[in-house]
Amino acid sequence: MATERLAIIATKGTLDWAYPPLILASTAASLGVETAIFFTFYGLNIIHKEKMKQLKIAPIGNPGMPMAFPPSVKKTPVAGQLAGLMEAIFPGPPQIMGIIPGMTDFMTAMMKKTMKDHGVASVEELIELCKEADVKLIPCQMTMELFDYKYEDLIDGLEPPGGAATFINYVLEADKPMIIFV
Amino acid sequence: MASVTADKTLDTSGLNCPLPVLKTKKALEELQSGQVLEVISTDPGSKADIPAFCQRTGHELVETVEEGGKYIFYIKKK
Repeated sequence: MATERLAIIATKGTLDWAYPPLILASTAASLGVETAIFFTFYGLNIIHKEKMKQLKIAPIGNPGMPMAFPPSVKKTPVAGQLAGLMEAIFPGPPQIMGIIPGMTDFMTAMMKKTMKDHGVASVEELIELCKEADVKLIPCQMTMELFDYKYEDLIDGLEPPGGAATFINYVLEADKPMIIFV
Repeated sequence: MASVTADKTLDTSGLNCPLPVLKTKKALEELQSGQVLEVISTDPGSKADIPAFCQRTGHELVETVEEGGKYIFYIKKK
């Protein structure tokens, strides 16, 4: 059978942007496609032992962010009514709120709670599922040096650090190659 | 009610994309060829995703039942 390969380039280091590469990779692998993710620039944070736990979602510069309170908050008597009122007035957190210290952490905590309430897997869980499904996780050598990340700073079970040529070669070795840039 | 009997049941209620598909794949690995897996899901996305998974992997989607906000799939392992 012709080999099908999906190669995903993960370049962003925020909580929301960590999801698309991990969801696509784990799913593609479970559909029988050979899959790899190349983590470059801020995407390296997704596989960094410490930084992966601190991925955040920022309201500032993110006008698409909904004012989404976790369902568990909405069910609470007073807080739930307040949340409903806020959602009715604002389509999303007003941009000016983004500069308030602690706002990014607050929105991150809310988003994580909302995700949990909706049965969305955590980043850590999705990485484990990727590993179980034999997704190759390749850290970018150049960005590791740029950010001074050592191979030991990254999670276990990764491929050796690679460069652009390694990655392109991996993709083009397949009969049916596909690349997704995130 | 479904007309097929399942050899194993996987309940993914409350879980969201991509977990129902990933768990289905894992559960099928534990079955023999020809056995039927029953997958229960509350994720509306699985209505399209489970058939797509079956189409790609060659397992046969024998029957789909929708009842009370739940989607129940019967998948025969290839």
